[in-house]
Amino acid sequence: MTFAIKKQGEIVVVDVEGQLIVGNRQELKQRVLDELERGERKFLIDFAQTGYIDSSGLGVLVSLSKKIREQGGELRLANLNDDLKTLFELTKLDTLFQISDTRDRALSSF
Amino acid sequence: MPVMLRSDQGFRVSLEVEIPSDVSYIESVVDLIRHPCAELAYGKHQLALNVPVALCEALSNAILRGNHEDPLKRVCVRADVDTTRLVVEISDEGVRFDLEADTREADEDGNLEREDGRGLFLMRKLMDGVERFDRSPGTATGNVVRLTLARA
Repeated sequence: MTFAIKKQGEIVVVDVEGQLIVGNRQELKQRVLDELERGERKFLIDFAQTGYIDSSGLGVLVSLSKKIREQGGELRLANLNDDLKTLFELTKLDTLFQISDTRDRALSSF
Repeated sequence: MPVMLRSDQGFRVSLEVEIPSDVSYIESVVDLIRHPCAELAYGKHQLALNVPVALCEALSNAILRGNHEDPLKRVCVRADVDTTRLVVEISDEGVRFDLEADTREADEDGNLEREDGRGLFLMRKLMDGVERFDRSPGTATGNVVRLTLARA
């Protein structure tokens, strides 16, 4: 997995490329927490280039969402393909996150 | 260059892999097993979701919860793929667990916001069959998890 972080206005946008799984999830978690520590509060993770996500990857998203909410911020998700949508539905995590079909919709929803 | 005819009935691929108890090997093992499934025309969603995610879960359980990332312990993977089904057996050297009792439902109270505990649930949702049995009957440790998926 590789990921890129950039700012679009007040929103920190994270592009995840490849798999988000047990072997690499801590890297993503730490980078987002670093941004939170720096004072950022609005986060969007874009999965347009993501392959598969395992339960550890899902767990990191849940953990980040909680930590960001505790600081008065929000984490939103965008561009889940059909398989990722199925994964979120199976685990009911589609009820925990605000998920947008496109990056633009997600950005305008904050 | 394709090495086989995708509709070839009777074609079967068998793999046996042994890895250290290190999660950095998981993605490579998943790719090794997913590749023959793709060659044998398993379904798009099976290749993108069911097979990789269920394998990830079984491998990470074996490495993290079974072997506790002990460098002296190994995880063994055996896979048989043909035009009808995929069968994978993943063996660890850890303390035995109870597949039924340890599976947490995603929608049970309090589970939604948990960081962990979705692995067995996902394996069972994404595979047609998940079984656990003792690696060496008569000894106290060692799990074999068998995953089965019919080609769609």
